Amino acid sequence: MSTSKKLSLALVAALSIAGAALAADGRNGLGSPVGLGKPITESDIQPWNYTILPDGANLPPGSGVAEAGAKIFADKCAACHGEGGKGARNPALITDQPLKGNGIEANKTVKNFWENPTTLYDYVRRAMPWPAPRTLTNDEVYALVAYILAGNNIIDKNAVMDATTLPKVEMPNRGNFIIRFPNLI
Amino acid sequence: MASRKSGDSGSSPDEFVAANGLIHRRALLTHGFALAGAASVGTAASAARAEPLKEDEWSTHQGANVLPYGRRSRFEKDTLRILSNPNGEPRTQHARVPHQLLNGTITPSALHFTILHNGIPDIDPDQHKLVIHGMVRQPLEFTLDKLMRYPMVTRTTFIECGGNSAPMFSNVPVQATLQHLHGLCSNSEWTGVLLSTLLDEVGVDPKAKWLVSEGADTALISRSTPLKKAWDDALIAMYQNGERIRPDQGFPLRLVLPGWEGNMQTKFVRRIMITDQPAMTYYEERNYSPLLPDDKAYRFYFVNDVKSFITHPSFGATLKEPGYYEISGLAYSGAGHIERVMVSADGGKSWADATVQQPANAKSFTRFHIPWRWDGSPAILTSRAVDSGGNIQPLRSEFVAERGETLKPVTNTFAFPNQHYNSLTSWGIEPTGEIKHVYV
Repeated sequence: MSTSKKLSLALVAALSIAGAALAADGRNGLGSPVGLGKPITESDIQPWNYTILPDGANLPPGSGVAEAGAKIFADKCAACHGEGGKGARNPALITDQPLKGNGIEANKTVKNFWENPTTLYDYVRRAMPWPAPRTLTNDEVYALVAYILAGNNIIDKNAVMDATTLPKVEMPNRGNFIIRFPNLI
Repeated sequence: MASRKSGDSGSSPDEFVAANGLIHRRALLTHGFALAGAASVGTAASAARAEPLKEDEWSTHQGANVLPYGRRSRFEKDTLRILSNPNGEPRTQHARVPHQLLNGTITPSALHFTILHNGIPDIDPDQHKLVIHGMVRQPLEFTLDKLMRYPMVTRTTFIECGGNSAPMFSNVPVQATLQHLHGLCSNSEWTGVLLSTLLDEVGVDPKAKWLVSEGADTALISRSTPLKKAWDDALIAMYQNGERIRPDQGFPLRLVLPGWEGNMQTKFVRRIMITDQPAMTYYEERNYSPLLPDDKAYRFYFVNDVKSFITHPSFGATLKEPGYYEISGLAYSGAGHIERVMVSADGGKSWADATVQQPANAKSFTRFHIPWRWDGSPAILTSRAVDSGGNIQPLRSEFVAERGETLKPVTNTFAFPNQHYNSLTSWGIEPTGEIKHVYV
């Protein structure tokens, strides 16, 4: 499902609820909204919206494969994450390192720990490369994600990553998590 | 626990409440006058006669000019945070609080811990905006001048990194100060607008369950928080300890989630998206899902469990002579207020109740103290807190059984072998007065 479609569905759902706003006594203690916020549309917020949800919502158009990702990685990522993503000053991204190094000391990698493939897209696009985040194109981010997933043998080396395929990637450590405080959610 | 026997000195009127010299508070108060009298006749070991007084140099001339923004004494220059990455290399920068040099419960703003991922952004508050959108009736943009007109609340609460106390996962005690061991927690008075007030302005869809907050820092650090917490006590803070939030704490706006892990309390917050699912951002996907001994991991730990540690005396200090000392420390819980703190001077064989300084605010640093007369023999000081929900700090054996420890000693106190440690911290007092970090 496209981002805009998902967002508009959410909006329709939101608009259909009647009087969901204020508790009878008014949580702000006034009984009615203060009303100093300026209305803004979802599309005008979109330039700030880098959040990708695990179901794929807000994944942008575009696509990429591992081969293209390898070249971008060598140019823009290897200085910190090592040649071939084997790790350098910053952690390895393509590795068979075990989850536990020294007893309980966790060594969490994409392959041995991550549960959601969409997090890769969200974080690379939002925060990488470290000195110049948000300078990669959407296609470059898809290609880098494909490179990291293929390098870890999580997807086929020819697999195309896009808004439809990425959320369906099955991560090896899926299901190994215990919700700590279910009552708080 | 409250067996009273006479002190080792024979002449002391102290009422001991646990082994190795822990004294009943009331006894100290009752006998204070008697003790003073005793000192005047020279029975106290250290009561050499004071020198005759003379004029102090600094009292003889006009002092320095008063400054528009005050500064502390030059003699306090070593009370500093320690930095993990002072040259801003391309990795996170941590600053840890010197608990061993502070007292009371409020952490001075300039010494409040922080972790920043790409340095401190230089945000113009007149340009900064907060947008709230997603599953809402009407997305809204708020500027600072408008937010300043909303009803505000003030509350004191601690913020603790989910990775605070990580060196305590070491299989042997790391010999380091509290600053290294527990330096990623602080306590401030925060003032701002309740997030629930702003959520009522946008009108939240009843099917929504989460919010995703995002900062205006270089990496747009982002976390997901259940909406339940937003309706409960979340705050969009503008002031810290009475002045505008410091840049390294999130100027001009910070999401404050009392009692929950620091990484969720988005600094420089500029966007809050209301959703029906968590975003599974990098930090909830990876860092703040603590690994368990069976290779499973906790997801959404959120709450900082009940914890305490003795700040005075602690590692790095030396007891210069036997005699009276006050044991004092900090206790806090993300699940309520501190109900009780027990202190032991014999490594947990006997315990006495410390005085819990009131008011013991919920989700806030609380100071405890108990009088102690050290006889110069080996002692092990430790504390154990209980919160208003009945949660008790686990003993180390209990904690390690559930959460594990390393196989080899931790050598880098800036590393995060694991998260959410809340067991005991113990100090071994040597006959020389030296203090070692020990496990009991």
